[in-house]
Amino acid sequence: MTNTLSLEDRFQQRIDNEEKIEAKDWMPDGYRKTLIRQISQHAHSEIVGMLPEGNWITRAPSLKRKLALLAKVQDEAGHGLYLYSAAETLGAGRDELLHQLHTGKAKYSSIFNYPTLTWADIGAVGWLVDGAAIMNQVALCRASYGPYARAMVRICKEESFHQRQGYDILLTMMKGTDAQKKMVQDAVNRWWWPSLMMFGPSDIDSPNSAESMKWKIKRLSNDELRQRFVDMSVPQAEILGVTFPDPELKYNEVTGHYQFGVIDWEEFWRVVNGNGPCNEERLAARVQAHEEGAWVRDAALAYAEKQKQRNSSQVA
Amino acid sequence: MQEFTRQSILILADNLMILGQRLGEWCGHGPILEQDIALTNIALDLIGEARNYYQYLAETEGKHEDDYPMLRDAREFKNVLLTEQPNGHWGDTIARQFLFDCFHFHLLEHMVASSDQRISAIAKKSVKEAAYHLSFSGDWVIRLGDGTEDSHQKIQRSVNKFWPYWMEMFTPTEAEQHAIQEGILPDLNKVYEAASSKLESVLAEATLIKPEGQHSRKGGKEGFHSEHLGYILAEMQYLQKSYPGASW
Ligand SMILES: [Fe+2]
Ligand SMILES: [Fe+2]
Repeated sequence: MTNTLSLEDRFQQRIDNEEKIEAKDWMPDGYRKTLIRQISQHAHSEIVGMLPEGNWITRAPSLKRKLALLAKVQDEAGHGLYLYSAAETLGAGRDELLHQLHTGKAKYSSIFNYPTLTWADIGAVGWLVDGAAIMNQVALCRASYGPYARAMVRICKEESFHQRQGYDILLTMMKGTDAQKKMVQDAVNRWWWPSLMMFGPSDIDSPNSAESMKWKIKRLSNDELRQRFVDMSVPQAEILGVTFPDPELKYNEVTGHYQFGVIDWEEFWRVVNGNGPCNEERLAARVQAHEEGAWVRDAALAYAEKQKQRNSSQVA
Repeated sequence: MQEFTRQSILILADNLMILGQRLGEWCGHGPILEQDIALTNIALDLIGEARNYYQYLAETEGKHEDDYPMLRDAREFKNVLLTEQPNGHWGDTIARQFLFDCFHFHLLEHMVASSDQRISAIAKKSVKEAAYHLSFSGDWVIRLGDGTEDSHQKIQRSVNKFWPYWMEMFTPTEAEQHAIQEGILPDLNKVYEAASSKLESVLAEATLIKPEGQHSRKGGKEGFHSEHLGYILAEMQYLQKSYPGASW
């Protein structure tokens, strides 16, 4: 009977059996497209994400923090590389994907369109933004597409390190002067809601989700992940001695979860659609780096070509 | 610790610190993602190495490692002028790095035999990293020099631009001279010979011309800097200076 199954049915059967799909396997066009979109968005987020934190490298307040921040931002570049490679296995080259980013056709995580205004932001980004990223990414470690899932496993290990580092920055500051404590609370106030928005639109407004769940590209819904993040963060905030800017945030004895206020979806869409505080700067910085690097890439290519010719003429 | 030793260590440490700080400016803005990562690696190595020297000073002087990079003013910094020059374009950064790496790798190779145990140990730890830096920057000099017509011209101009800063690294200050006599620092003439021959072979392979006959610019090692350093420090020390005594 099984041989009467269509390719598509057989593919779904493999997914349902928790088999990993590999690059050379047959897959529906929609599956490939969805993956390319999601993986490339994710890759772009890693490299755009280097900018808000990278801008504090030269101002990090101690040798220890400077080294940790350099290493962290470098990790994010590495994550970008893993993900571009994963997208490449699906037939989407890095040049093409970068072109989509630079022309505004591809999206990246909106969180990076917010500015890092004080050193406490570096702590808050590590704690909340990397923390929210981990929530998403841990679920993706079991994604049905093998190369993506494996990239996520590597990435998750480093992300949890980033989160601890960020939290440690804030802990240290909370043991410090009043000015430092104020700085921490202010940063948490600014990063809390955008971090919640990182999980994307509410499930009822998330049109692609059902298919992604069926294909096991996604394992948990946006709202489920968001709830997990809130449940994880509230006790951490208490230990830290900061509050979240949400008067409705409280523990619900019945559900066993923290309930929270309504997200400002207008702001969410405004930033997604390009009108956040730093959208233009972020994109401009990426485009500038790319354009100013063109002659360098050309030179490397020309040199590699010359070397190839030299080697082949040696052999001949 | 003798004052001449202290001064010599500050030169070593400040070179690495300031150059590492400069390279940190690139992070997130490199021409190729892989090269962004590589350059950040070098920044991490250099600042990590600087930290080793600062820790040595801090232990002997009862201070904190951060006191040196974060609390001193421009005149007290002893880095060579080369390291504080702006990043410019990729070719500028590569040329600056290559000149420094030629010096630094060969210095460390000799400094492994320092009569100061601690300095010898730091040199042993750093020399492998410096070898990697030199092969990275040297390879890029070759790639750009022997790449396209445009890249050839650009990297030649970059090498010319930084050439006046080459000799400062090998010209001992009074303190360094003293340290050389005591076997704490290696003979900088020997370092110069080794560095020059490496430089010449790479430039030749890169089809570049070794600049000649320009006057040499120095002063950094005695605390007489270019105007760039003040801005570097303004950024680097901003938090420590704005919130005196706070821990981060
Ligand atoms: Fe990441
Ligand atoms: Fe991260």
